[in-house]
Amino acid sequence: MNTARKRYGDTVFRCLTLLMALSIFALVALIGIELFEGSGKSMHKFGWHFLVSSVWDPIAEEYGALPFIFGTLVSSAIALIIAVPISIATAVYLTELAPRVVSQLLTMFIELLAAVPSVILGLWGVFVMVPWLRDHLFPWLQNHLGFLPLFQGPIYGVSMFAGGIIVAIMIIPIITSVSREILQSVPKLQREAAYALGATRWEVTRISVLSYAKKGLFGAVILGLGRALGETMAVTMVIGNSPQIVKSLFAPGYTLSSVIANEFNEATGSLYPSALFEMGLVLLGVTVLVNALAQLLLTTFAGPNVKPQN
Amino acid sequence: MKKLIISLIAGASMLGALNIQAQTLINGAGSSFDNPAFTKWFSVYQSTVDKTVNFNYQSIGSGAGQKLLLSETVDFGASDAPMTDEAMAGGPGKILHIPVVAGGVVLGYNLPGIAKLRLDGDTLVNIFMGNITKWNDPKITALNPGTNLPAQAIVVVHRSDGSGTTFIFSDYLSSVSPVWADSVGKGTALKWPTGLGGKGNEGVAGQITQLAGAIGYVELAYAKQNHMSYAELKNAAGKFVACTLETVSAALATATIPEDFRFSMVNAPGDNSYPISGASWVLVYQKQKNAGNAKKLVPFLKWAVTEGQKYSSQLDYAPLAENVQQRELKLLDTIAF
Repeated sequence: MNTARKRYGDTVFRCLTLLMALSIFALVALIGIELFEGSGKSMHKFGWHFLVSSVWDPIAEEYGALPFIFGTLVSSAIALIIAVPISIATAVYLTELAPRVVSQLLTMFIELLAAVPSVILGLWGVFVMVPWLRDHLFPWLQNHLGFLPLFQGPIYGVSMFAGGIIVAIMIIPIITSVSREILQSVPKLQREAAYALGATRWEVTRISVLSYAKKGLFGAVILGLGRALGETMAVTMVIGNSPQIVKSLFAPGYTLSSVIANEFNEATGSLYPSALFEMGLVLLGVTVLVNALAQLLLTTFAGPNVKPQN
Repeated sequence: MKKLIISLIAGASMLGALNIQAQTLINGAGSSFDNPAFTKWFSVYQSTVDKTVNFNYQSIGSGAGQKLLLSETVDFGASDAPMTDEAMAGGPGKILHIPVVAGGVVLGYNLPGIAKLRLDGDTLVNIFMGNITKWNDPKITALNPGTNLPAQAIVVVHRSDGSGTTFIFSDYLSSVSPVWADSVGKGTALKWPTGLGGKGNEGVAGQITQLAGAIGYVELAYAKQNHMSYAELKNAAGKFVACTLETVSAALATATIPEDFRFSMVNAPGDNSYPISGASWVLVYQKQKNAGNAKKLVPFLKWAVTEGQKYSSQLDYAPLAENVQQRELKLLDTIAF
């Protein structure tokens, strides 16, 4: 009787959690189907050409996604290049080195940063960050690294680079928090073993903590990347909103999510909104593709997951 | 304590019941340019004319307003651009255009020390085409004798979001330049030949005030509130005029307005007409399905295009001319329910 009830409870529990898990599938599938249906007209008219065309002309009804895909990938890449070292270093400091009080205080601040709404960050970006970048950082970069095409051309402040930086600020909290949790879950035994072999603090961190946790850290970075790809409001306020593919990071750019947010409200007719729907579908596709690539990278370079032996 | 709560609940539910009985809710959606005017009108109308009507206006953009009207989700739409024949064919009945406000679009610029700048249509087209790139270009200096313009690069700033302001501005550029009309055209969002995109009036204004050498277009009210310098423009009569409520009203008075009110008032004739101005329309079906709502909506619209103009001009919208008001009242009388 008692065991029967237990089993019954288990079944209910399993079904319930399965249902919840399936609802995630259903949500993604629904979004995908809806986007697919909405973009029917545009797909019919432009076909695969949509993905490689650089023209975005609502008046001539010519639409192409390439500069937007470019902008989304480049701004996210800049964001990761800036955010990953900062976040992981912060997480290491918090778990391995910082005194408890400092660690708690810093953690609180990181969580506070995560709570700042993106439109507020965007306003700060427009009025504080962009002028500073324009007057100080960008000219400095141009003076010292101006031989690189990345840092050539006129400086307006609003730029692909500014977009990348604002996204970096937005994903630092999430990568840091998740990385911290992961590093904390590394068993003490790992560290003690390394210390026993006479390793220094750096060696302990590198050999027994970071390499043990690398898969989890990679996951944290992917979570950050997912957010970076879809970030909209703050980016659109500082990126300059100009659909073009140029080498200079000082030139304005545009992202997939920004153009949807900017133009959907005023999109009249039937082809125009359909093209914007297809942009949403492309964004979904890019996100899936980038995540899949990252997973592939992980299994190739980090090897299959080593189960911790607790 | 318990008694107090019970009586509070009873009181609240009685109020609720009263509301349900007496109030009519009118739903509208569309142009964000009109939103301040509507907000003002709703509050004045409710407190002084008709207490039994409630308004709910969603400021979600002209395109979305048109869509919601076509799908009959709202009682009225509002748009900064008149609907095309093709778009109107998508609705279940004839749609009327009622101009409710008019406003000017100014060219704000950032040239420290230069308080007065004069431009004409041709120069403006060339600046926004990216053909004129320096402030001391002979075409600009010729229009501004006595002003020492710097050899600074011009930074063009435009709206990145779809917007009625962009429609009015590009309507003007198209009307003065066949080249612009052919290669870029007019619309709420364009394929810009050059420049930076700012989100909203505030985004464009932000870029202009921060970047020396910048020029961009914003609504008059916005430029005034932000103490921005803006250029005087040469109008169709060859006179330089600054954008004010009077010069926009003058343009409205001299513009040719057809029977269906789908008109453009850019580059209007008249010595005192400011060339870059436009109207914004309320869109309603001529045959109203919901008689109860229509009975409240029509008097409100009649009030808005006459009495209401007094209040909207406090918000930097140019008032509609007397003869236009009379014509609109006649059109509103044709609404059947």
